[in-house]
Amino acid sequence: MTDNNETNGAPSDEEGRAPKRVIGTPPPPPTHDLLPDDTGGAEGTGGYQLDEKKARAAERAAGAFFVLTFVAGIAFIVFYAVWPGHVGNINRATSSNYALGISLTLAFLGLAVGMTIWVRHLMTSKEIIQERHELSSPPEDRQVFNEYFQQGVQESGITQRRFLRRTLLLASAPLGLLPLVLLRDLGPLPEKKLRHTAWKNGTRLVVDGTGQPLKASDFNSPGGIITVVPEGAQNNLDDIAKAAVLLINLPPDQMKVKKGRENWHVGGIVAYSKICTHVGCPAALYEQTTHHILCPCHQSTFDALDSAKVIFGPAARPLPQLPIGVNSEGYLVATSDFHEPIGPSFWERGKSKV
Amino acid sequence: MSTATPPKAIDGTIGFADERFGTAGFLRGKMKKVFPDHWSFMLGEIALYSFIILLATGTFLTLWFKPSMGEVIYHGSYTKLDGVNMSEAYDSTLRISFDVRGGLLMRQIHHWAAVLFLASIMVHMLRVFFTGSYRKPREVNWLIGLGLFTLGILEGLFGYSLPDDLLSGTGLRITQGVMQSIPVVGTYIFYFAFGGGFPGHDFISRLYTVHVLLIPGILLALVGAHFMILWHQGHTQFSGKNRTEKNVIGKPFFPVFMIKAGAFFMFTFAVTALLGTFAQINPIWLFGPYTPDSITAGSQPDFYMGFLEGALRIMPNWETNLWGHTIPWNVLVPALLPLGLIMTGAALWPFIEQWATGDKKIHNLADRPRNAPFRTAVGMTAVTFYGMLWLAGGNDILADKFHVSLYATTWFFRGAVFVGPVIAYVVTKRLCVGLQRSDAAELHHGVEAGVITMLPSGEFVEMHQPVKEDAEAVLRGKQELPAIEDAGEDANGIPAPSSRGPLGKARKALNNAFTADDISIGNGHGNGHGNGHGEHPEAGTGDHKELSRG
Repeated sequence: MTDNNETNGAPSDEEGRAPKRVIGTPPPPPTHDLLPDDTGGAEGTGGYQLDEKKARAAERAAGAFFVLTFVAGIAFIVFYAVWPGHVGNINRATSSNYALGISLTLAFLGLAVGMTIWVRHLMTSKEIIQERHELSSPPEDRQVFNEYFQQGVQESGITQRRFLRRTLLLASAPLGLLPLVLLRDLGPLPEKKLRHTAWKNGTRLVVDGTGQPLKASDFNSPGGIITVVPEGAQNNLDDIAKAAVLLINLPPDQMKVKKGRENWHVGGIVAYSKICTHVGCPAALYEQTTHHILCPCHQSTFDALDSAKVIFGPAARPLPQLPIGVNSEGYLVATSDFHEPIGPSFWERGKSKV
Repeated sequence: MSTATPPKAIDGTIGFADERFGTAGFLRGKMKKVFPDHWSFMLGEIALYSFIILLATGTFLTLWFKPSMGEVIYHGSYTKLDGVNMSEAYDSTLRISFDVRGGLLMRQIHHWAAVLFLASIMVHMLRVFFTGSYRKPREVNWLIGLGLFTLGILEGLFGYSLPDDLLSGTGLRITQGVMQSIPVVGTYIFYFAFGGGFPGHDFISRLYTVHVLLIPGILLALVGAHFMILWHQGHTQFSGKNRTEKNVIGKPFFPVFMIKAGAFFMFTFAVTALLGTFAQINPIWLFGPYTPDSITAGSQPDFYMGFLEGALRIMPNWETNLWGHTIPWNVLVPALLPLGLIMTGAALWPFIEQWATGDKKIHNLADRPRNAPFRTAVGMTAVTFYGMLWLAGGNDILADKFHVSLYATTWFFRGAVFVGPVIAYVVTKRLCVGLQRSDAAELHHGVEAGVITMLPSGEFVEMHQPVKEDAEAVLRGKQELPAIEDAGEDANGIPAPSSRGPLGKARKALNNAFTADDISIGNGHGNGHGNGHGEHPEAGTGDHKELSRG
């Protein structure tokens, strides 16, 4: 926002000859002849002379913009109060947003432009040179401060009276801890809660959203994938946050079943924790042709065929597998909880086998 | 002093205040205070005005927003979600958007102002850094600025986490995952913050207090301090005609700067209102309510979180398991290192520079970035590091738009985050040196006049003209970079005690880095610190002939 005052005069001869070059920071406008160097700097009172004709034009322009603000302000109020269709559905909200937003924008814009014209074309203030004041105090101030300080310390007796000083320090120590202690009831201790989920032996797998229990025969399309949660936990977000499971129907002949997990799947139907082992986003994308599970947050990729081991991305551990089976009625059930903590890593993760 | 008396209303008010607070004496010195003019000095102003807009629109939103995770069934105007289970927070945000007149507009202005707030802080910080405006006496204000930036990021994250829609919940889930992974105390921090497991029932209401009271309060105090220090110390100015370290040239605060600032505030408000009108931001109704087992592909946080997101994405999957304890480097390093590196580096930089250059002087003239090649190059190194992480935060979008493999983008950024900054350093330094040489050449040989003359020998040359006065003042404003005295060696070649030891050597090395590429504009004797750029006419070869290539 450099000033372009009209009264700067015609370009000098030198400017006429020399090619116009801007070197780095554009220099200030050639106002040196206007600097009231000898009229007392900051206290100078004289201003520019405006070209009255141009000034009147500028005044009219600024005024027009102020009128625009007035009109836009009225329009805003009228839209708000009179127009019936503001709310109720998305289309109304959209047009209301346009009506109110455009009038509000114009109201501010009118003021902004009007004020800018005012500053640039109607103000007669000159550029002034101001001396900067010294930031540091005179040396005697420092000296006097030092003396007063020493004197005050002496008078207070804090340096001589050791017992006073030490007990004062002692007294403040527990006070500092109080606010921390008071925060203790913010939440329960984590204990072993991160190690367990709502899955238990015999818990039926129900479809997320509908709560329908599943039979293996309901889920027989190869390459199928569905999110399931423990029956009874459908409406508990805290449970779902730990227990959400991806049920995938894999071709049994391509599966690499890990030792000890031979009976964790039901004819190729496997269940992996849906909570990514990186920072806990739901690893929800599944590519049928490659059988890769991808977490859309940070792109950790897991191989569903191979115990959901990590094949790319920042996750360090495979998605834990939930052992599943079929109950007497033919429904898919968990045969136990996860055998390891699900979700992001934490300090105590490997600690106990409970 | 004129004898004019202002209108009675003003005179009366000032009289009232003056007799009680001594106002006139206080204001007398302030009214004509000079603020120097330069477009880059407005960047901080944008941040200030966005902050005011945030306070105003935010207050409006609090009147309807219900910071509760209590479950309700939605029956509002947005029929697509009719009958859906959701938290009161999400429900009330939908109501603000569709059932409160002007609610959607205020929400969108609020969000856009937050984006503008952080964007303008960033650019403002870059301006301050690259012009060396953080130097004595302004180091403390630089630190306050860093505090404002960090708190601003946090405030933004908390703000867009409040509506409890699917996108914001995913952001919170990541925040929680990072919390949980902190060694030793992580699970405790997580359980205390969330009042139990994730997502629990307490977090939104706690976040709300932090977002509308605690952080804004601190921000307000820091903004106040930032501005009062600025006012007290005065603004820096670029060198130019008549401008010195001891003065400041510009228009007086009253009336010029005051109205100009007012106009600029109105412009800022108009821009956020325009964006709020036409540019949809955070359409939470499209995302649906948060549930911990749902997600949308291509989830992106606000832009200022992008570099953390990118760091999380490109970090290799390292994790240490020792004695039953897990240290997840794949989460800790990206969550803490980039921000820590940039913020700690920025905080220490003014003091490192002072230590390395031994420069304890007061600086009121801002540097041109080219005249401090080391600083500028280091700054660009940091910018590139940040920029690569930021781009990596959108690698899925990049892979999609440019039809490249997702994993290839990850690998690219894993390399680029190290290689990019090095290239930036070298290139910036060369550019600075080149620009300095061209400045020096301009000072000593003048500028091309566009007039071709034939010499008696038949050779054609272009006339050169001395640089104009104003431009010359800018060029002459270059300050020599101070080399610390080579306390170095005494007569027997024994190094001085201060330059021995690792610290002394480090200081010397840093000092060399600061001063090495300083092309002198000195009077007549170029000291070319020989960088193998001999083909360029060396600065100040002495003769002031008008024809440089004669």
